[in-house]
Amino acid sequence: MTLFANQLIDGLADGAIYASLALALVFSYRSTGIVNFAQGEMAMLSAYVTWQLMAWGLPLIPAALISIVLSFIAGALLYASIVKPLSHASLLTVVSVLIGLYLALNSLAGFLWTYTIKALPSLFPKAHLQLGSFSVSAETAGIIAVVGVVLLLLYLLFETTKVGLAMRGAASTPDSAVLVGVSVPVMLLIGWGIAAALGALSGILVAPKVFLNPTMMFGVIIYAFAAATLGGFDSVVGAVVGGLLVGIVENLVGTYIPWIGPDLKIIVALVLIFGTLLIKPDGLFGRKKVVRL
Amino acid sequence: MSVVVKPRLPVAVRIATAIVVAILFLYVIPFMIPNYLVSQFATVLVFAIAIVGINLVTGYGGAITLGHAAFVALGSYTTAILTVRYGWNPYATIPVAAALSWIAGWCLGFPALRLQGLYLALGTLVLSITVPPVLKRFDAFTGGVQGLNVGNPAPPASVPLDESQWIYFVSLAIAAVLYVVARRILSGPLRRALVAARDNQLVAAVMGVNRARLTTATFAMSSLYAGVAGSLYAMIVGFVSPDTFNVMMSLSLFVGAVVGGITSLSGAFIGAMFIQFVPIWASDIDVSLGGLVFGGALILTLVLIPAGVGGLAERWYLRACARLGWTEAAATETAIEASTRGAQHEAT
Repeated sequence: MTLFANQLIDGLADGAIYASLALALVFSYRSTGIVNFAQGEMAMLSAYVTWQLMAWGLPLIPAALISIVLSFIAGALLYASIVKPLSHASLLTVVSVLIGLYLALNSLAGFLWTYTIKALPSLFPKAHLQLGSFSVSAETAGIIAVVGVVLLLLYLLFETTKVGLAMRGAASTPDSAVLVGVSVPVMLLIGWGIAAALGALSGILVAPKVFLNPTMMFGVIIYAFAAATLGGFDSVVGAVVGGLLVGIVENLVGTYIPWIGPDLKIIVALVLIFGTLLIKPDGLFGRKKVVRL
Repeated sequence: MSVVVKPRLPVAVRIATAIVVAILFLYVIPFMIPNYLVSQFATVLVFAIAIVGINLVTGYGGAITLGHAAFVALGSYTTAILTVRYGWNPYATIPVAAALSWIAGWCLGFPALRLQGLYLALGTLVLSITVPPVLKRFDAFTGGVQGLNVGNPAPPASVPLDESQWIYFVSLAIAAVLYVVARRILSGPLRRALVAARDNQLVAAVMGVNRARLTTATFAMSSLYAGVAGSLYAMIVGFVSPDTFNVMMSLSLFVGAVVGGITSLSGAFIGAMFIQFVPIWASDIDVSLGGLVFGGALILTLVLIPAGVGGLAERWYLRACARLGWTEAAATETAIEASTRGAQHEAT
């Protein structure tokens, strides 16, 4: 029972990381209809930037915050320089450019910081919280708390502020948004910035677990894809629920089904993605796509 | 911009071209260049086969796949397991690899039908990330991380060729057959049905194109190409291991297809040369340069020449034919043909 509870909590912590990266995917998808294949690599670069800032002498938390802000700017720049010109391009062009970006960013990290693994310290102390009969590591609890707070802030941004309202308008009905004076490109720019910042958060949270290296996000982005697909690519709530579900299922399957075990856990993502796309292509919370013929 | 001509070369020019191509592939590459380059050219042919498969499914079928290495792996491991574990003759495994990957492609083509473009790209990308862990997990069968030692098939005693020349000629023969098959598929009514289903499903359906069957069949065919490529790849390298068939291989093949020209079959060879030689040259300078060059080339190709190098060459060729008067009168059908070739993917 304790094992089960621990797996559940670990699953939630992993799920929180997947949820933040899945949210990043959802933000860019909602604003521009593009699944950003390079999102994981951008997150990896953000983790490296944090490491670099620390190597230059900054403490961890300011370094992480600066890296997140820089990621926000980089995401906005990416939108303005590459994504916006693609808004009328064919799907093949869009996919190719994002794959090109993925390859280039991955190599860029290898070029700047080499392929040897580096250690990024955890944001949380190496302690255990004793809760009744089972103990939770401070890292696990911390990850869940940080992601929870960020989600709350995002919720407040979207539900209570004018910018949030404008962003929702720009994403859902751009034509009407323009008519009421919303600058749609600026809103999309902010959307991509938030996406990159969320990605950076997931990168910084996951780096201490998997060590800093250019391929560190390969495993994470797969589960984030699964989470976003499961929740529905255009649903914010879906990404969070999907992320947590994927994290829990992945941990339980890895522990309780010996045939799969920790090595083959990745197949969970594959099954979830194809299963969702075949049974309920819009995901659990996604809006049904209606096409006018 | 499209040039509406149907080239018809004078007989003398055709014979001259055939002779030049034959000398290049049958003499210059196998006999004039250093031995290690010959087996690299065999790999180029193998990549070209796989890229022709991507041309079929992505260029004409309109389904973006980022997971072709999965089928290459299937072909490679079929050959490796049958030769190593069951003592088969390596050449006898090629049809088996082809059949298995055809079936696998058919099975995957079925869900692929239901997935809209972006989701299919996502699904196949995830598929190709899953391949190495699965191969490692079933190590009793696949040899796990250590892989399987297939060995290079020796040339028959009566043939005065060394191993790399022999496998080069085997690959060349198979590549030539598969190229002609693809050419045949992409000429005539099947091509028109594919292009119509790709560019406007509704119109295609009204004209009686069964899109479901067509897409599944295209997927299966393209997987067959990848499977045969994998089978030959195992023989050229003489060794298979899970990490060869990682996501990088899938993406390289995709890069090759785009750089060569996604709807250009002749471009497949150029794309294959690109993904075989560029990383080697680049890694001489810096390990990470390969990926940067790939990524940069992908983006630049799409910005500068969306039709790819092969598509550009085909356009110049058509224009030259028009200038020289080597054309047939453009029939209505060929006008449509040439304009789709020129317009490429822009319409979708």
